[in-house]
Amino acid sequence: MVERVVIVGAGPAGVRAAQTLAAAGLRPTLLDEAPATGGQIYRRQPAPFRRPYKTLYGFDAAKARQVHTAFDGLDGAVDHRARTLVWSLEGQRLCLMHEGGTENLSFDRLILATGAMDRVIPLPGWTLPGVYTLGGAQVALKHQACAIGERTCFVGSSPLLPYVAYQYARAGAGVAGIIDTTPRADKLRALPDLLAAAGTGAKGLYYMGWLASRGLRYRHAGIPIRIEGESHVTGVVVRMAGGRERHIACDAVAIGYGLKCEHQLADLAGCDFRFDSSNRQWVVAQDGVGRTSVAGIYVAGDGAVIRGADAAELAGERAALTVLEDIGRPVDRARVQKIDRRIAGIDRFRRGLETAFAYPHHLARDMADHVILCRCEAVTAGEVRHAVTQLGAHDINRAKAFCRVGMGRCQGRVCGPAAAEVIAGALQRPIEAAGRLRGQAPIKPVPISALADAAADLTVAA
Amino acid sequence: MIAAWHVDVAIIGGGTAGCSAALALRKRGLTVALFERRTVGSQASGVNYGGVRQQGRHPAELPLSRRSREIWPRLPDIIGDDCEFAATGHLKLARTEAQMADLEAFAAFAAEHGLEIRMMGANALADAYPGMVSGVVGGSLCPSDGQANPRLVAPAFARAAARAGAEIHEHEAVTGVARDAAGFRLETDRGGRFTAGSLINVAGAWADRVAKWFGERAPIQAMAPNMMVSEPVPYRLPVNIGVCGAGLYVRQIPRGNLIFGGGKGWADRHRMVARPMADVSYSASARLAETLPWAADATVIRSWSGIEGYFEDEIPVIGPSTTTPGLVHAFGFSGHGFQLGPAIGEIVTELVVDGRTSTPIDAFSISRFQHAGHRAA
Repeated sequence: MVERVVIVGAGPAGVRAAQTLAAAGLRPTLLDEAPATGGQIYRRQPAPFRRPYKTLYGFDAAKARQVHTAFDGLDGAVDHRARTLVWSLEGQRLCLMHEGGTENLSFDRLILATGAMDRVIPLPGWTLPGVYTLGGAQVALKHQACAIGERTCFVGSSPLLPYVAYQYARAGAGVAGIIDTTPRADKLRALPDLLAAAGTGAKGLYYMGWLASRGLRYRHAGIPIRIEGESHVTGVVVRMAGGRERHIACDAVAIGYGLKCEHQLADLAGCDFRFDSSNRQWVVAQDGVGRTSVAGIYVAGDGAVIRGADAAELAGERAALTVLEDIGRPVDRARVQKIDRRIAGIDRFRRGLETAFAYPHHLARDMADHVILCRCEAVTAGEVRHAVTQLGAHDINRAKAFCRVGMGRCQGRVCGPAAAEVIAGALQRPIEAAGRLRGQAPIKPVPISALADAAADLTVAA
Repeated sequence: MIAAWHVDVAIIGGGTAGCSAALALRKRGLTVALFERRTVGSQASGVNYGGVRQQGRHPAELPLSRRSREIWPRLPDIIGDDCEFAATGHLKLARTEAQMADLEAFAAFAAEHGLEIRMMGANALADAYPGMVSGVVGGSLCPSDGQANPRLVAPAFARAAARAGAEIHEHEAVTGVARDAAGFRLETDRGGRFTAGSLINVAGAWADRVAKWFGERAPIQAMAPNMMVSEPVPYRLPVNIGVCGAGLYVRQIPRGNLIFGGGKGWADRHRMVARPMADVSYSASARLAETLPWAADATVIRSWSGIEGYFEDEIPVIGPSTTTPGLVHAFGFSGHGFQLGPAIGEIVTELVVDGRTSTPIDAFSISRFQHAGHRAA
């Protein structure tokens, strides 16, 4: 019997997994929401665009080209289904939405390479038009050659911060300010670990240097207090390192505090999770080479552990090799050992990043009561605290039931991490005590009409 | 050995029935301890659709349902929270003339109990709800029915009961109960030892286990509602809708979300897990798109389920034990207990304190399952 292996996510991890399985003679199915492979980091531009790789991906141009070429070279060896949302998982089958219709897809083994998204910390004004995540700002530029504003202020604590600011400046877009919440001392402390991955660490320094040489000052230890504007962003108020408040005029804000794993499908599959205290988030429990607690379900890439695109490529290949091992196919031992060694090296770099771009969770925990924490349901931090202290919500799911935090369109994908901090603060307990939002299908909104069409298909099939 | 803690009444199960019983018992001056192995209202009471409906009830349930309806608008006074109850009316839609005849028969029966139900033909529906529904031949409207937020009700009763002095033990499961001359002796999975003069079994889909400790059979099954909610869309549906044949029920809350369901999800009551199933969601969505075509473009943002106790005859067990003095049962509401919950607390309290209740409950006796050959194993 030929194993039906399905990969969700066509970023660096998913593409390398597909390539590895195809090389072994399996014909995996590769599902992704985007029109083309590449993922967020190596997202391809739409057909009419002709920007060169160097413009799109900078230092990563060669890697992007390699990932794209690797996939394009697979030709018919992979069943690639683009523009396909996996919105649920039930046992051994996935529920898909493609071009307005839904269908089910069975699998024997599943590699989840579902990537990550920006972690945000709400602040007054964050729901104004003109406020984007750092990743969103980058996608606008990379995919559509659009800037999110004429003068953008970049705020947060994330490797994306210097990178996206650099990309904007490089593309000729106005940069109103770059505010990093991490103190400079932490950057210096992280330097040895960062330079362990020489090329990658040096890139960050290059971006900062390049920005400085254009008079764009990269400010450390700045705390965003509020975003101002009536119907659109007009500025950001930041408390600078010295304690002085400063108003930065701008028409857009890009903000982010590192990444959070997108692991809803693993949750629906019933995989165990563990709390990763180093970056204060829940991750899918795995054996280090992709196996989760559920037989036949594997994870790879930033959806499993946040450690960047290089590690994702390796982890995607590694998870595919684990699948091959598990189905009794021969694997190249030397290659396996080499991957494991290289991933271990990247882990050191990742520790450095977590120091250099520390997650300022206290900003979430200490958020003022009036701040809208959950924007989908317009729930304030005060309402969440009330649910905890007055109504007896003892974790995030109970708080959700009582006050609707995380209950809207995004199902807590955006506000969840900050909500957990607020709840833990109100409980006066460690963050992991706030628990983890329970995953519920659909992972992303699906039109009623699409679900209804599937019912018609079922009737026909019967 | 640590002495057991004594209460007048112990309650097993923290659904709306148990939590409302805890409050009602405190109001009669009794000491109460309620045990819930998870959190109050986290199964049938909390995950259901939220219909507050008298229309369409089993004839035996109507007096009970009428009594509970009296309580709903008084929740702010009783528990300090309205639980988003709104008397929006419940409109039951018929897709065939035969279904229409059933609705008419029920309306006539309801009238005998003083419950107003208005029959509406296709034209009347079109006048009252222009462009709202399609594919139906008519319906019947019960104006005094409505809807509420299930997630809020049991916890609000539990908080009110706690304020009134009841002990609410969440995350504490009762692992065994023995009956002796002194009363009931309970042991919990947290090492708790309690004695109680009376015991109320409101353990929902797991209540058969408690009944079995006392030699009573209750052939309960687990049922999982298959629920969905849409993103907010402009408010347009002023009434709670059910479609004959149980293929669809739908309501819209003022914030705009459409809450709908139909069919059954998957449940394993022993592992305490339940989930909606895509194939069932497809069918309910198809029925929604047919019945409310304007809603078809809305997106579903979440689906959920939970575990309800279900009997084949689709009515609950309510009443005193047939084997054990001091034991009162109320469980197995078969997917339509949400509206009844507030009254159940009062009724079991009357059974415990007065030994009788003014509401007819004979049809719900557990004795109906105790015939020869069906003794509890």
